[in-house]
Amino acid sequence: MKVQDRAAVTPEIAVPAPVARRRRRGRRAASFEPLLWMAPAIAVILFVFGYSLVDLFRSSLQDQGQWVGLENFKATISDPLFRTALLHNLRLLVVAVPVLVLLALLLSILLFETLRGWRFHRAVIFLPYILPIPVVAVVFGQILQLNGLLNQVLRAAGLDGLAIDWLGNPGWALWTMTGVIIWKELGFGVILLLARLLSMSAEPFEAARIDGAGFWQLHRRITAPLLKDIIAFYVVVEAITMVSWVFNYVYVMSNGQGGPGSSTMVTELYIYQTAFQFEAPQVAAAAAVILFAASLALIIVFFRLHRPEGAETS
Amino acid sequence: MRSLTERAPKHAVLILATLVALAPIYIMVTAAFKTQQDFLAQPFAPLVHPTLAGFRTALSAQFPRWLLNSTFVTVSAVLLTLVLAATAAWGFAHWNWPGRDTVLAALVSLMVVPPVVLLVPLFVFGVKLGWISTFRLLILLYVGLMLPFSIYMLTNFFRTIPSSLIEAATIDGASSWTVFRRVVLPLSIAPLVTLAVVNLLYVWNELLLALVFLQDDAKKTLMVGITGFQSRYSLDIPVIMAGLTLATLPIVVLYIFGQRFFVRGLLAGAIKGE
Repeated sequence: MKVQDRAAVTPEIAVPAPVARRRRRGRRAASFEPLLWMAPAIAVILFVFGYSLVDLFRSSLQDQGQWVGLENFKATISDPLFRTALLHNLRLLVVAVPVLVLLALLLSILLFETLRGWRFHRAVIFLPYILPIPVVAVVFGQILQLNGLLNQVLRAAGLDGLAIDWLGNPGWALWTMTGVIIWKELGFGVILLLARLLSMSAEPFEAARIDGAGFWQLHRRITAPLLKDIIAFYVVVEAITMVSWVFNYVYVMSNGQGGPGSSTMVTELYIYQTAFQFEAPQVAAAAAVILFAASLALIIVFFRLHRPEGAETS
Repeated sequence: MRSLTERAPKHAVLILATLVALAPIYIMVTAAFKTQQDFLAQPFAPLVHPTLAGFRTALSAQFPRWLLNSTFVTVSAVLLTLVLAATAAWGFAHWNWPGRDTVLAALVSLMVVPPVVLLVPLFVFGVKLGWISTFRLLILLYVGLMLPFSIYMLTNFFRTIPSSLIEAATIDGASSWTVFRRVVLPLSIAPLVTLAVVNLLYVWNELLLALVFLQDDAKKTLMVGITGFQSRYSLDIPVIMAGLTLATLPIVVLYIFGQRFFVRGLLAGAIKGE
C-alpha cells in the first residue's frame, strides 16, 4: 500500500487514544475466536514450512536413519561441486546486484525526468519481469546459440571476434546467464524506484537545479541518498534472488545439467541433483540447511540496515 | 527551457532500454508466425508469409493438456489462498491477542525461505502418502508458499478499515462473520484483486515444484512442458516459439488489463512498515 493511500483511509489516526484502547480491550475477551479464523491457514503453513524445516534439520544430521552428527555437512562442504555451486551464487550476487541497482537508478531517473511517453517506456521496461522464466530462458537459449541471432548480428556488423558460443563456452556461460537474469530482473527495480521518485516532493530537486547542479551531481548528491531505503530493499530482494532463486534460469538454459561442465552449477541445482539424480538426500539436506542459513543471514543484514529509520513502525 | 542537446541522450538511453527489453519478445512472437525456412532466411523481418503452422503443430502435441493442467492448478491454488489468507488476516486484524505481532513477524520471515530448501522433506512425505503426480499436493504446497505474504498484506489492509464502520455493525448486533462478509470483504476488493494477480503470476510461472511433484507426463504443467519442448522440437524453432507465445499469452493479457494491480502488489512488499 502506498503511504498516502493508507493515510487517506485511516481515520484511526484521528481517533483519540483512549477510545482505541477501550475497543481493543473489549475485543480481547473472545480469545478463541481468532484461532478459529486462522486455523486452516496456520495448518497449511505448519505443514509446508514447519514440518519440512524440522524434517530437513533432522535428516541433515542422519544417514539412513542413523545419527551421524555433522558428517553430512563435512561431506557436502568438501564436495568440490558444492563449493563451485556456492561460488557461482556468490559471483552472481557480487556482479548482478550492483549492475541492477545502477541500471535501475539510471532508468528510473530518466523516466522521471522525461515525462513524455514515460508510461509506455515504463510498461515495456517492466514487461520482462512478468514473463515466465522458462519462456525467457528458452528464447534466450535460441538467440544465444553459436549460430543464433545475436551472433548473426555481430557477424553482419563485422565483429566476428565477439561472436562466441555464449552458452557453450565454459568461461562465458555463467556471464551470459548473469546477463539474462539482469535483463529479467531490472524492471522490478525501475518500478520500485520510479514509484518512490513520483511520491517525493519536487523541492530538493528544484533547489539543487537552481543552484546549478548538473545531471550527475544532482542525482549522486540528492536523488540517490533520498532513495536509500528503497534501494536497500531492492538490494536485499535481488541478493536473495541470486543466492536462492536462480534455479529456473540455470535449469532451462543448461538443460538441467549446470553445464557446460560445471560452469553454471548453482546451489539450488546441486540440491536438486543430489536429491533426485544421485539419490543422496542426506547430502542434499545438508546443502539445503546451508542455503537456508545463507538466506537468513541476508535477511538479518537487511533488518540491521533498516532498523534505524523504520523502528517505530510495523 | 531545457535544450534538445540535453534531452536527446536521455531519450536515446530510454529508447535503447525499451528495444533491449522488447527484442527477445519480438523475436519470439514473430518467429511463431513464420516457417522454419522463413525464420532462417529473415529472422528479424516482422512477418514474411504469416502462417499458423507453428501453432498448429504446437497444439497437436500435449500442449492443450498442459494448458489445462496449468489453468486448473493456478486457479485452484490462487482461490484457496485468497480464502485462507482473508480469513486468517481477519483473525490477525480484528482481535488483539497476546503474541500477535510476534506470530505476524514469524510469518513475514517465512517469505524468504527458498522453496528448494523444502523440496526433499516434502517429496519424501509425498511418496509416503502416494501423492506424487497428484495436483492436490502441488496445490497445497503453492498455497502454503503464498500464504505468508498474502496474510501479511491483507492484515495490513484490514487494519486500515475505519473502526467506526466495524463498530457500527457490531453495535447493530452483527456477528464477526457478518461483519467480515458484509463490511470487510466488500471494502477489500482492490487488495484481493492485487493479491490474486500477483499470486496468479507466481503459480503460472513456477517450474521447480511442478517439475519435482508432477512426474507423470499427462500431469505436467505448461512450464514443465515447454522446458522439454525445446529438445523435442529443437529443429523447428517456429513450433517452439509458438508454444512459448501461447504459454506467455495469459500472463501478458493479465498484465495489460491489470497493470496497476501488478505494480501495487509488487510495491506492497516494498513499502511495508511505513
